[in-house]
Amino acid sequence: MEQKPRSEKQAKGSEELKAGSEKQEAGNELSSCSPPPGKARTGVFVCHCGSNIAGLLDCEALAEYAAALPNVVYAKDNLYTCSASGIAQIQAAIREHGLTRVVVASCSPRTHMPLFKSACAEAGLNQYLFEMANIRDQCSWVHVQERDAARQKAMDLIRMAVAKAALLEPLEDIESSLVRKAMVLGAGVAGLSAASALADMGVEVLLVERETELGGLVRRLNRIGPSNEPAAEVLAMLLREVESASHVRLFPGTDLVGVSGVVGNYEISLKSKGGEETEETVGAIIVATGAVPFIPEGLFGFDGRKVITQIDLEERLRNGSPLEVKNIVMIQCVGARGPGRSYCSRICCLTAVKNALLIKSRDPNARVHILYRDIQMYGAENEKLLRDSRGAGVKFDIFDPAFPPVVKEGSVEFYQPLTGMTIETECDLAVLSTPLVAPEGSAATANLMRLPVDGNNFFMEAHAKLRPLDFATDGIFLAGTARFPATVREAVAQGLGAASRANTMLSKDRLVFSALVSYVTDRCDGCGLCLDVCPYHAITMEEFERDGRVFKKVRTDPILCKGCGVCEATCPKRGVLVHGFTPSQIRAQVDALLEALP
Amino acid sequence: MNRDVLVIGGGIAGMQASLDLAEMGFTVHLVERLPTIGGKMAQLDKTFPTNDCAL
Ligand SMILES: Cc1cc2nc3c(=O)[nH]c(=O)nc-3n(C[C@H](O)[C@H](O)[C@H](O)COP(=O)(O)OP(=O)(O)OC[C@H]3O[C@@H](n4cnc5c(N)ncnc54)[C@H](O)[C@@H]3O)c2cc1C
Ligand code: SF4
Repeated sequence: MEQKPRSEKQAKGSEELKAGSEKQEAGNELSSCSPPPGKARTGVFVCHCGSNIAGLLDCEALAEYAAALPNVVYAKDNLYTCSASGIAQIQAAIREHGLTRVVVASCSPRTHMPLFKSACAEAGLNQYLFEMANIRDQCSWVHVQERDAARQKAMDLIRMAVAKAALLEPLEDIESSLVRKAMVLGAGVAGLSAASALADMGVEVLLVERETELGGLVRRLNRIGPSNEPAAEVLAMLLREVESASHVRLFPGTDLVGVSGVVGNYEISLKSKGGEETEETVGAIIVATGAVPFIPEGLFGFDGRKVITQIDLEERLRNGSPLEVKNIVMIQCVGARGPGRSYCSRICCLTAVKNALLIKSRDPNARVHILYRDIQMYGAENEKLLRDSRGAGVKFDIFDPAFPPVVKEGSVEFYQPLTGMTIETECDLAVLSTPLVAPEGSAATANLMRLPVDGNNFFMEAHAKLRPLDFATDGIFLAGTARFPATVREAVAQGLGAASRANTMLSKDRLVFSALVSYVTDRCDGCGLCLDVCPYHAITMEEFERDGRVFKKVRTDPILCKGCGVCEATCPKRGVLVHGFTPSQIRAQVDALLEALP
Repeated sequence: MNRDVLVIGGGIAGMQASLDLAEMGFTVHLVERLPTIGGKMAQLDKTFPTNDCAL
């Protein structure tokens, strides 16, 4: 690392401003960002946050301290800087003292930065000339026992923010147009609900389904537990809504073959089984590609005739023909909750109990025996179904996965852990309850859209709790069993929710993005190190010709970029920087911190 | 038709509904019986299974 004397700081700052104007020529889409002439006139506001900060720190003294820092022409403490009166004080000070930078020392930028920025903008100061020092979450809250050290740290934080503020550049938000259309991928109950909800909100929908018929897995079901409505009726209702909606265009028997672009403007390519190709631009995408039942090849003598799966049983029950068997044994968790597939599929216990009860109600003399490990029947309705099935004479027995049941000719043998006995139960039809698994090709679908999948190839949401229906990629949403095994009710709720999430962006006239994103400087020589590290795939390589020679340079997409800064940290030659976190701005902060050291 | 929306209950569901509605351009009135919003989540420390801080 080269060592620079501190006095060169200002000179460096202006060097960078030059780089700032160069990037304009390099074709960056940000509008003009020439700095205001002259020295920064900084105003500092120190917030008490009631007693949250003032309980530990003397905010008046901190304001006095700030007033003496370089470039500071005004400093004040307020009870609540974010209150109407606090905001009014900031705005008055901007006008009366001709402030060109504002620093608020208070809480977290995550919660309050937008408010303070827009207050500055309203008073005529570019919102990117605002800086924040977090003396609450990072100081008064966490150093309650160390008042002196906390005071010192608050001073450090304020001094650093003031030093950085002087080097901030005015920037403009990035705006982009958007297409008020959405593609829903997969026409199971989740996709169908999403499509009809979006259509109701006035969004044009392209509903793309790989199979020639719509409906997904529910098409193959008999009745839907726990309420046990006929699956065909539930599906017909959803199909009617979608087919009658004028805003929904159906693409059955069609595959998604290409996706490019960004939120608001995704260019998609579709290809039908007949070879017909469609190109469209959509603003948002909902992934509802579902899941399929695991086929237990080689397990428990599965043969599709006398040893079948629950989905086979659904199909037999659905076409109404008598089962012509007296003794049915169901085995739970086949291919689930063990090596390879460690998860519980959540719907197969419900399925088994539902089907056992249906068999009993058709033929009370039929004997149904369910061999299980644990019963997954949460919720009042499912619990009632379980009680009803016991009342109807369905037999339940626990088995130990270490000694799994053995399916024999005419019987099933299992070890009963409670008694230590091996029991043989009569069996003319064995039904294996298998988990839902990701459909074949789901990894390829994920790859097309650069979406993450988990170890079982289920799609992964942006945040398990706070953003369960969003992908981390803006404008792409998730619903139904594409995420994880779910009931019809859950899949429909997710479909409706994802539609709503998509509409939070589709209902806007324009999309607005922060200007704190990466940009390419003249120092970029196209080495491409930053391409691989960018987690948002926001950087691409470009070739251009000058004087008959071919040069390379990277290009950043200001909408895909989230300003994380990995590229800036990776680039060995400052060829790519992030607005608001440039080396000179960060160095100013570090220098300001080190000033306090003896 | 009045386009404002009333959300009753300021727990995590009510708050998320309010945020999304506001994002779609609706004015939302969020009503909560207690003096603070946050509901049950505000009383939890870590939330299972990812053990994020509930606050
Ligand atoms: C045996 C069995 C019994 C069940 N019983 C019940 C019950 O009683 N009660 C209950 O609530 N739930 C039950 N379920 C669960 C129920 O089937 C699911 O909740 C439901 O199907 C989920 O709907 P979905 O739309 O998320 O997915 P799916 O129904 O799987 O639909 C996904 C659709 O996406 C399509 N697709 C996939 N990839 C692509 C692609 N790349 N491009 C285009 N299209 C694609 C598929 O062809 C499919 O049509 C049962 C499941 C099984 C296996
Ligand atoms: S729902 Fe029941 S059968 Fe299915 S994996 Fe979970 S415990 Fe096993």
